[in-house]
Amino acid sequence: MDILNALVAFTNFVVVPATAYGAQLALGALGVTLIYGVLRFSNFAHGETMSFGAMVVVLVTGLFKSWGISLGVLPTALLALPFGILATALLLLATDKVVYKFYRKVKAAPVMLVIVSTGVMFVMNGLVRMVVGTDDRRFADGARFVINAREFKAWSGLEEGLAIKTTQVITVVVALITVAALFWFLNKTRTGKSMRAYSDNEDLALLSGINPERVVTITWILVGALATIAGALYGLDKSFKPFIFQQLLLPVFAAAIVGGIGNPLGAIAGGFVIAFSEVTLTYAFKKVVTYLGPDSWSPDGLVQLLSTDYKYAVSFAILIIVLIFKPTGLFKGQNI
Amino acid sequence: MTHAATQTGGKPLPRTPLYFAAMAALILAVGFLQSWNSALSILNMGLISAIMALGVNLQWGYAGLFNTGVMGFVALGGLAVVLTSMPPVPAAWAAGGGRVILALAVGVIAIVAAALAYPRLPKGRIRGLVIAAILIVGLWAFRTLFDPAVAAIEAVNPAVSGYLGGLGLPVILAWPVGALLAAGAAWLVAKTALGLRSDYLAIATLGIAEIIVAMMKNEDWLSRGVKNVNGLPRPVPYEINLQQAEWFLSLMHRIGMDPVTGSSVFVKLLYAGFFLAVIVIIVTAMELALKSPWGRMMRAIRDNEVAAEAMGKDVTGRHLQIFVLGAAIIGFAGAMMTTLDGQLTPTTYQPLRYTFLVWVMVIVGGSGNNWGAVLGGMLIWFLWVEVEPIGAWIVGLLTSGMEDGALKSGLIERVAYMRYLTMGIILLVVLRFSPRGLLPEK
Repeated sequence: MDILNALVAFTNFVVVPATAYGAQLALGALGVTLIYGVLRFSNFAHGETMSFGAMVVVLVTGLFKSWGISLGVLPTALLALPFGILATALLLLATDKVVYKFYRKVKAAPVMLVIVSTGVMFVMNGLVRMVVGTDDRRFADGARFVINAREFKAWSGLEEGLAIKTTQVITVVVALITVAALFWFLNKTRTGKSMRAYSDNEDLALLSGINPERVVTITWILVGALATIAGALYGLDKSFKPFIFQQLLLPVFAAAIVGGIGNPLGAIAGGFVIAFSEVTLTYAFKKVVTYLGPDSWSPDGLVQLLSTDYKYAVSFAILIIVLIFKPTGLFKGQNI
Repeated sequence: MTHAATQTGGKPLPRTPLYFAAMAALILAVGFLQSWNSALSILNMGLISAIMALGVNLQWGYAGLFNTGVMGFVALGGLAVVLTSMPPVPAAWAAGGGRVILALAVGVIAIVAAALAYPRLPKGRIRGLVIAAILIVGLWAFRTLFDPAVAAIEAVNPAVSGYLGGLGLPVILAWPVGALLAAGAAWLVAKTALGLRSDYLAIATLGIAEIIVAMMKNEDWLSRGVKNVNGLPRPVPYEINLQQAEWFLSLMHRIGMDPVTGSSVFVKLLYAGFFLAVIVIIVTAMELALKSPWGRMMRAIRDNEVAAEAMGKDVTGRHLQIFVLGAAIIGFAGAMMTTLDGQLTPTTYQPLRYTFLVWVMVIVGGSGNNWGAVLGGMLIWFLWVEVEPIGAWIVGLLTSGMEDGALKSGLIERVAYMRYLTMGIILLVVLRFSPRGLLPEK
């Protein structure tokens, strides 16, 4: 029995990565949920929006590096983030003007807008590929670890090491700041309140003189910021691969729906539920079980419930369970 | 709108034959300008795409169901080809075939037992505990049987087999089997996700497609995973045999064609014959269904679910039916495609290519119109293939005056990705300016 080592191994391989991944998913799901709440459709182009934002951050980071600008121990990408947000927000506003506005005007059915968003997805996907190609890019720089496994072992005297990457800490910190700012905006400012009112009851909001186009514009800007931050953090933590964002679409949607689509608090909870389930169910518990079991006993297999390639199956299964038993999600959906 | 005028003004202009003639001219142009081999390749994949589009059109055009899991059903069709037509691997069966099947049966029994127990138990903590116990014991039994069996199978000559193989039946039989597999998967999805809101169905189908492809990539004992299955049997003769056959050589001599090119054109023509026959059967059946009381009921449900329900129509039941039928058609096309390719490569299944491109085909062709779906399938496939050479040609023309350098090579390199952008723009333009497509529903 060695509870401490088991705990450290579990933290190192499950809790830390799942927290970072959960924060990234939560930010992605917040974007999906805002669009759903205000524009009332599921945006299939959201994965590509994240990809576009991350791409701009990657490119600006490269530019800064070539100029010799850096943030020391922090990744340069943090400096590039505002530029990514700006570019993505502009792209989204342009897309809205050219594409979505028309369907709002004719009051098209939501499913029509979903199909339109798949067209936008194609365009953004092509755009990203044409600008940066399909290669894998690493753009994280600065210090690699906040806590490194060897130092942790020396400090604690345990067999098992604990490593926390800088990008993981940054992910959580940036996500916290972003979410705090978003909630402050939605709950305290006049514009944020008008957004919530519009999402809650469109007719009443219009009657009380809220300008719908302004609400939509603000929403797209917020979505641009959230998507860029989510995409850039994911890219920092792993690496930037254009096609990976297509696959992120499913867990992001699952997070939004599990939490209750249209509900920002739910999106955050959903992101962590999905991330922790994915990582826990696909983690090989052999090490942890070996520490917990009696001495000189170790399981034969990996004690892994699912192979890591099935991580999307986990988000899907949770999604289905929630849809069957609690179709409105863990938190009540439909309003922001 | 001229479209509307031609539709409503008494006898409509024969737009359908006109567009199909134009489509034929495009393919002939490829034949004359590039090569007959490319033209026939486009025709064959175009016909397969047309069948996929027919399947989606059945679900979307007839019933308004938004299915984004096309890729999964196509992939299941591909799997069916391997399972039906490849010769079985006796050593692998001896090593663990029976045990794998037993393990799968145990897994199914556990799930069924949990599903049956759920409504029979009193609500509360006991129910949760019992269900959890059934599932955990089931999973434990499943993994205990399954893991060693899979390891044994995959250890059998992994370089060439390492899987169970198929039934060794004629490959044509794989097409209906593909339809059955896809229909089975669709039934499971529909049972859980139909009746939910339309975008939830979209996300659920998106998920099931990812899972099906993940399964085909990982379950090596079933499909060899990323090692691919090559050398699938064909329903048509091999080029190499044709080139040695007396009758073929004399035929080629008579029409003055090189036997090597001729053999590959001949094989493609045979495939085209098969595919055309399938299309004719499916379109006829679908047209008949559309004109029948069943078809009218489907359209009534699509146009107003509440009213149809008030008239006593079983909306969810009919949706289930049409979802399964549409998926079966897509699975059929998926099996045809894998037969044409001659190999199963699970890594090539990408949602943009196999799900959303088919959607572009349906929307551009005209949702609700079978001829539209066929035309859209062929036209969009043509563009998907030809956008790259056309783009390269345009860029070549534009950059011909430029000096060789990073800009020029960069531009030429980027043309390769133009097809995604083009498809998106085509879809958006059609949705905006002609949402009923090239051949609107009558």
